[in-house]
Amino acid sequence: MESIIPILEFKKTCVSYTKQTMAVKYVSAAIERNTITAIMGPSGCGKSTLLRAVNLMHNLYSNIRVDGEILLNGENILLMEPIDVRRRVGMVFQRPAPFPTMSIYDNVLAGFALNGIHLSKSKKDEIVESNLKNVVLWDEVKDVLNKKGTFLSGGQQQRLCIARALAMKPDILLMDEPTSALDPIATKRIEELLLELQKKVTILVVTHNMGQAKRISSRSMFMYLGELVEYGDTETMFSNPEHERTKAYLIGKIG
Amino acid sequence: MANQKIKHRLAKDKLMLWTICIFATLTAVPLFAILGEVLLRGYSQLSWSFFTEPTPTAYKAMKAIEAGEPIPGGIANGIVGTMIILSMAVVVAVPVGILCGTFLAENRKKRFAKIVSYLTDLVQGIPSVIIGIITYIWIVVPMKGYSAIAGSVALCIMMLPLIIRSTEETLKILPASLKEAGLALGGNKARVMMKVQLPAAFGGIFTGVLLAISRVIGETAPLMFTALGCSFIRWSINKPISAVPLLIWEFFNDPHLQELIWGASLFLLIFVLTLNLTAKYLAKKWNQ
Amino acid sequence: MNDKLYRTILFIAALTIPIVCGGVVYALITDAYDAFEHFGFFRFLTSSEWSYTEGAEQYGALPFITGTLLTTLLALLFCIPFSLPVAFFVGEYFKGSRVASILSTVTDLLAGIPSIIYGLWGFYTLRPVIITLNISPQGSGILTASLVLAIMIVPYAASLSAEFIKMVPNDLKESAYSLGATRAEVVRKIIFPVAGSGIFSSYILAIGRALGETMTVTMLIGNTNNIPTSITSTGNSMASIIANQFGEADGLRLSSLIAIGLILFLITAVINMIGKMMIKRARIS
Repeated sequence: MESIIPILEFKKTCVSYTKQTMAVKYVSAAIERNTITAIMGPSGCGKSTLLRAVNLMHNLYSNIRVDGEILLNGENILLMEPIDVRRRVGMVFQRPAPFPTMSIYDNVLAGFALNGIHLSKSKKDEIVESNLKNVVLWDEVKDVLNKKGTFLSGGQQQRLCIARALAMKPDILLMDEPTSALDPIATKRIEELLLELQKKVTILVVTHNMGQAKRISSRSMFMYLGELVEYGDTETMFSNPEHERTKAYLIGKIG
Repeated sequence: MANQKIKHRLAKDKLMLWTICIFATLTAVPLFAILGEVLLRGYSQLSWSFFTEPTPTAYKAMKAIEAGEPIPGGIANGIVGTMIILSMAVVVAVPVGILCGTFLAENRKKRFAKIVSYLTDLVQGIPSVIIGIITYIWIVVPMKGYSAIAGSVALCIMMLPLIIRSTEETLKILPASLKEAGLALGGNKARVMMKVQLPAAFGGIFTGVLLAISRVIGETAPLMFTALGCSFIRWSINKPISAVPLLIWEFFNDPHLQELIWGASLFLLIFVLTLNLTAKYLAKKWNQ
Repeated sequence: MNDKLYRTILFIAALTIPIVCGGVVYALITDAYDAFEHFGFFRFLTSSEWSYTEGAEQYGALPFITGTLLTTLLALLFCIPFSLPVAFFVGEYFKGSRVASILSTVTDLLAGIPSIIYGLWGFYTLRPVIITLNISPQGSGILTASLVLAIMIVPYAASLSAEFIKMVPNDLKESAYSLGATRAEVVRKIIFPVAGSGIFSSYILAIGRALGETMTVTMLIGNTNNIPTSITSTGNSMASIIANQFGEADGLRLSSLIAIGLILFLITAVINMIGKMMIKRARIS
């Protein structure tokens, strides 16, 4: 039964800023379970705006409106409590943002602390270890767990942020250009990590890097001027795009 | 169960929002309470003679009270005194403050400038009553008497750090290209400063001067041991002189003159707050 | 004007500040010397006698140091429940909005009211309330002075704290929200700890203000020269004893008052120095 319902589905989703043009226009698409789906498009096309809508980030700003439906496991999240939705939807941002006043250990557990959930010491240790192992950071930091997260390198910080999001066991993980602030080596490690993680969690990633989309995603969306132009298998899209605009973007004419 | 917990957390979130709104709003209450009280009790005293006549003697006031008449006289001696003390203070503090602020902005990295900058903070933090003591020791004792000069020295010391800081800050945020363009045209540093940088910084410095004036005009403590006070209008600068805040202090301590407190306070308050708002308004305008 | 003359003029102008500072310290020390020499430095600090009977003069600063510390600490205590909400109102909840700018204008105006008018308001409005509520029979005292002092320092603490709250990066806040936190949780567990050192330093500077506040305290503290026994009792602060007695004092009493001024100067200088240093550090991180 569950497999019939897509994990995430956009139904005529629109995002608008007051008195300005719509940033996202009537996007409809269903995301498949345990895949990496990439959202591509030139800057300003609304890809980040669409992604942030899934985590109800727009609710934080009074000048932004989201219309239509966004279904998470068949439930419309626009009608749900934001704090409930956000616990089930993890998010990783462009720039790594470990909480500067917390240790590495506490950063992994930050979601629980913020939600006021109390855990036993052994449970905490277990969550920290398994999630840091998930992001392949455990061996690097296991001896410095009490140090501040901000002492780590950029790539390590970003992996810590992924671990922090995963610790809440989200149904889906949103990533907003997660490697754009990182060097090529750190980027490569994150990409390898994502390929590994898709077995456990569905990933929706916004990227401005076509190579990255090609390397990691199995499904791709191409957005242009707020509209979803094309959505399909990454391989097909890159080899044989349906739309002229997608083709133009892929060969570098727009973007 | 889980729903219960979310409801609980959301309730806490609301509670926090309301607490912050209520307490923040309560903070505005004293301002309106003070403005309201001074206005209600003071406006009836304001008349032409209030601004043109000096304070009455305690005897005259007593007679008027006995006869059931309003107390004669006003605060003209205080207004004249404040103007004299303040203008002397401004005449010295503004140029010295601007030059010193320019020095700090031009020599940011030098050790001496760092010390001066640090000491400027120190002077700004000196309690006003201590400025009063100092000026008493420096000026009143050697001159063998209280005077308008002593009062203006005290206010001058209080204004200096404010003017220095606003000059320094304004010059610092001017684009470097302005100075470079001036120098490239062949002007020397002094000329570029006088003709290009200082005029460009005029807005910020002027605002700073207005704020400095509004800060010191209501000061009482530094004038008590320096200007002392005087019950008639006086134009000389080497004799004791009155000032509006000093008059309020006198009225406060003299049971016969208490009726005059509120008129004087209203005048002072309007003056200070208008200066303050004008400065803020100009700062906003110049920033755009 | 050539460059050399220009630089010399600037340098001379800049010299005024060190000269003023040096002059302040020198004048205070030389004129306080008599009192310290007569009573001994530590005896002066720890004695609670203040009597000017001729021939048996006894002066000690302890009651006034106690009075100052007590009024300042109480004022700080009363100020926090108001300044912190104002700071979060302006710096986070309604950041950049019209209501926030109105509230900051209001606090700016509060900071602009001369201290003698605060004193009048405290004396004619607050004091009767204190008497009616039966908190203290005479109405004036440490408590009354601290309450008004608290209102006076709210603007200083609030505007600086708000500045630090505004500086907390949006990335951190959004990260916290994305983990499912409510706004209250983000404020308490992320913004407050991150802006904490800055907020703390703004209170240090507010203390620096309260320590030297003269007229308000003089008009409200009751002016008795004993060590206050409770928060409702009357007393005198270092600034208020100077304001009260400096005009009529001479000889040993004048020197003792100047000695109290020197102590007050040193305490405020140290507090302000610590505050400024902490602010600098908080701004960098």
